[in-house]
Amino acid sequence: MYNFEFEKPSTIADAVAALGAEDAQALGGGQTLIPTLKQRLASPSALVSLSGIAEMIGVCVEDDGSVAIGGATPHAVVAREAASSYPALAALAGQIGDPAVRNRGTIGGSVANNDPAACYPAGVLGSGATIVTNTREIAADDFFEGMFSTALEEGEIITQVRFPVPQAACYEKFLQPASRFALVGVYVARFADGVRVAVTGASEDGVFRWSEAEAALSKEFRADALMDLKINPMNMIGDLHGSKEYRAHLVSVMTKRAVSACL
Amino acid sequence: MPKDSGIGASSKRREDVRFLTGAGNYTDDINAHGQAHVYFLRSDIAHGRINSINTSAAEAMPGVVKVFTGKDFEGVGGMPCGWEVTDRHGAPMQEPPHPILAQGKVRHVGDPIAAVVADSLEQARDAAEAIEVDLDELPAVLDMKAAAQEGATLVHDDLKNNICYDWHLGEEDNDKINGIFANAAHVTTLDLVNNRLVANPMEPRVALAEYSRGTDEYTLYTTSQNPHVIRLLMCAFVLGLPEHKVRVVAPDVGGGFGTKIFHYAEEAFCTFAAKACNRPVKWTSSRSEAFMSDAQGRDHVSTIELALDADNNFIALRTNTYANLGAYLSTFSSSVPTWLHGTLMAGNYKTPVIQVNVKAMFTNTVPVDAYRGAGRPEATYQLERVIDKAARELGVDPIALRRQNFVTQFPYDTPVALTYDTGDYHGTMDKLEAAADIAGFAARRTESEAKGKLRGLGINCYIEACGIAPSNIVGMLGARAGLYDAATVRVNATGSISVMVGAHSHGQGHETAFPQVVADMIGIDESMVEIVHGDTSKIPFGMGTYGSRSLAVCGSAMVRATEKVIDKAKKIAAHLLEASEADIELKDGQFSVAGTDKSVAWGDVTLTAYVPHNFPLEVEPGLEETAFYDPANFTYPAGAYACEVEVDPETGKVSIEAFTAADDFGNIINPMIVDGQVHGGIGQGIGQALLENCAYDENGQLLSASFMDYAMPRADDVPFYGVDHSSQTPCTHNPLGVKGCGEAGAIGSPPAVVNAVLDALNSGGKAIDHIDMPVSPSRVWTAMNS
Repeated sequence: MYNFEFEKPSTIADAVAALGAEDAQALGGGQTLIPTLKQRLASPSALVSLSGIAEMIGVCVEDDGSVAIGGATPHAVVAREAASSYPALAALAGQIGDPAVRNRGTIGGSVANNDPAACYPAGVLGSGATIVTNTREIAADDFFEGMFSTALEEGEIITQVRFPVPQAACYEKFLQPASRFALVGVYVARFADGVRVAVTGASEDGVFRWSEAEAALSKEFRADALMDLKINPMNMIGDLHGSKEYRAHLVSVMTKRAVSACL
Repeated sequence: MPKDSGIGASSKRREDVRFLTGAGNYTDDINAHGQAHVYFLRSDIAHGRINSINTSAAEAMPGVVKVFTGKDFEGVGGMPCGWEVTDRHGAPMQEPPHPILAQGKVRHVGDPIAAVVADSLEQARDAAEAIEVDLDELPAVLDMKAAAQEGATLVHDDLKNNICYDWHLGEEDNDKINGIFANAAHVTTLDLVNNRLVANPMEPRVALAEYSRGTDEYTLYTTSQNPHVIRLLMCAFVLGLPEHKVRVVAPDVGGGFGTKIFHYAEEAFCTFAAKACNRPVKWTSSRSEAFMSDAQGRDHVSTIELALDADNNFIALRTNTYANLGAYLSTFSSSVPTWLHGTLMAGNYKTPVIQVNVKAMFTNTVPVDAYRGAGRPEATYQLERVIDKAARELGVDPIALRRQNFVTQFPYDTPVALTYDTGDYHGTMDKLEAAADIAGFAARRTESEAKGKLRGLGINCYIEACGIAPSNIVGMLGARAGLYDAATVRVNATGSISVMVGAHSHGQGHETAFPQVVADMIGIDESMVEIVHGDTSKIPFGMGTYGSRSLAVCGSAMVRATEKVIDKAKKIAAHLLEASEADIELKDGQFSVAGTDKSVAWGDVTLTAYVPHNFPLEVEPGLEETAFYDPANFTYPAGAYACEVEVDPETGKVSIEAFTAADDFGNIINPMIVDGQVHGGIGQGIGQALLENCAYDENGQLLSASFMDYAMPRADDVPFYGVDHSSQTPCTHNPLGVKGCGEAGAIGSPPAVVNAVLDALNSGGKAIDHIDMPVSPSRVWTAMNS
């Protein structure tokens, strides 16, 4: 990697100030950024670690029942601490990568990176969560703007992600055989006022909501309700590990399995 | 009763203490005072002409010691190929130069263009970015069949085409074999691909070279399976150095699987640069570099045809293979698709007429060479897949069809140049049928179907030619080396023993198994014997470890040397016991006079050898013997494997529910180590069958260039294996009666897995003849839905 300055502030304000430097870059758990640096594919002037900011770490249940997760909370902590308050999300966190990844990688880092095959974006979008930054609150529906692209401004930090807790939810992931990222992952969440279905891994546009499935499941929440639904393969990812058609097919299969698991 | 020590005992692997507690000493753990680091600037295109390289900016960068390009190596030899294959017309193979650094052209992504030696690796890398290379990109030669066409772009401009050789083995009379196929009751034909693999040993390659100005001596530490071979090739063919001035050390090596047999440019570079820079020079491969510079494996495209008579006897077999050699000839690459592949096409069967045709191709890809099994997996895969397809077409039981055609009389001369000395294929299949509970499969299939899964059973038989090799025979076939091995048994005064062996151990457990043999022969505790390996300054000579040869060849040398030691010790014992040498018996570490209670202990005899106060005058003091052993034939391990899979028809995902191996390895020294070797081999075979795929795009860019896209098997991809080695027909021509076990699992498992998947799919009503490896969920689903 190239040389860079390293800072580890203990407050959000200090982190924001440090990120004001030209070409400074926030460092969450580093699960994407560090390998990128090692390949010399990025050359930030400074890395500003967010892992020393105590107020950004941890899981708590708010007065309205929503579950709030600090932006620098590692996946393993979410898997453990959200297990009773939001079990489906905790299960998603517990299936990301391997133990080393889960103990370093953070929710804020994953959501801000918006890897098209990452798990968290499906959980965040599928839950209709709110992304809280140092300056504002952004609804999940407005946050994800396509592969590796989000509504975050330069230097903006995800301080918290706040999840409404559905009546039932489940994440079903079909593993890409090499990376074990999601070849296709589907997060289904059933709320009193409707069903949300978010899909990761499949689309060239990154995580997306499958609105036809949501409509069908909102009417009738069982796997058979999806029987006649197919997703258009055109915008799916086609690569070494699966064609567009295969991914489109897997979206249906994983959605049905997620629904069945909710029942 | 299992033995608790010596031959046949499952002694715990003594080397694991250091490997499992982080106390191993690998090449990268070794650092020389004042060492500099080298970074190789590698081609990022598959094929291009180099117009110019400007290194002046790089040379001025901080910490840079020297920048090398191909020009610095114009007077130096290239990387040699150790096997000259003669083509079907009697002409030698086309053998293009393989420079240390690119000369004129780059021929694969990863081909080294320049090398920067600097105080630190980061400085070397910074400077490499400042090297200006002016390249004209050329069309990449990738598809082997297209590359063989007249007028195809040439990988090597000085060759007449991209065909290294067009080779043939077996039946020469085309009219005869055409006639057999034309008149056969049934012919089964199959097109298949043996997928290209990246070996990916856990430890990447490393080289550290030192040069002593005072003595004009070099030391090269390198990640090698055969340090003497590296020394010989590098000294004699590449750098022109006297062997006695060069020491090559291969310390602990973290897995080789074939890819660390070969002499690589980076080793020669570091040795050359250590003198040129007058500083030790170290290179440690990154994993990314390993993907584009370690020799890769397999990559055959074949058509195989099997002719059967009306009674389902195999009457003829014909194969046509395109074998990918990559951009250059790696050390043993030319032998893999020919003498390690064509000769195995008879398999376990008495097919009377066999014809093997192989075109070996140069392409703009990483060189391909031996990888665990080396040619034998490719042969077995073709043969066992076509047999399975024939059984399905004919509606006969795949086990019965195989049994009907088994070789049963030994020795057996195959139509493809080998003589099998011994075997019991029916007996081994009996063991498999019992161990795998073949009879219970139908019930297990019913259970799977109740869960919505398709269950399949795949059978495979294999034969290997191991213990490579009789030097006179391989010499006739084009090998440029002998393939014997050597051992020195050095008995210390107090009776402990150091055995210097030419075989290198990098996961095989030699440090445990070899002492079991020596200790057993003498009747002393295993802990009194230790082997020394991996250092040309310590061992007599060694051709190294590959081809499941270590115990069969080097172990035989060790036995011979131990016999010489025992013979001499008996002379000393006879003197001490005042008896005739012919009456001395050695048992449990005691020399005794037959028929008396007079005896003297091993330790007393060894002490006498070094403190020869009371000593036979005609005997030299000391107790140390060396033996070289050249085998009389190959060894022929064989086996029968069964794999059971479940296929999820919704996703195409295959899960291996059971895997059973019945192997005949002849005599076994350490059953636990043999189990481990088979487990590892099957794991790699399952990796090839289900997961691993080295893929290039149409421009020759490696698509699977990291573990993000190259799928290695993990613990949850493989089942608990059943292994049965009780079928034992000892090798008839080596002193231990051993055959070798290192590659069997990787040879025998891929066809078993693929046969099982196809059985499952056909049981679900899908008439699918074939799916190429890796049989990924995507490929299975696509086959089911097209």
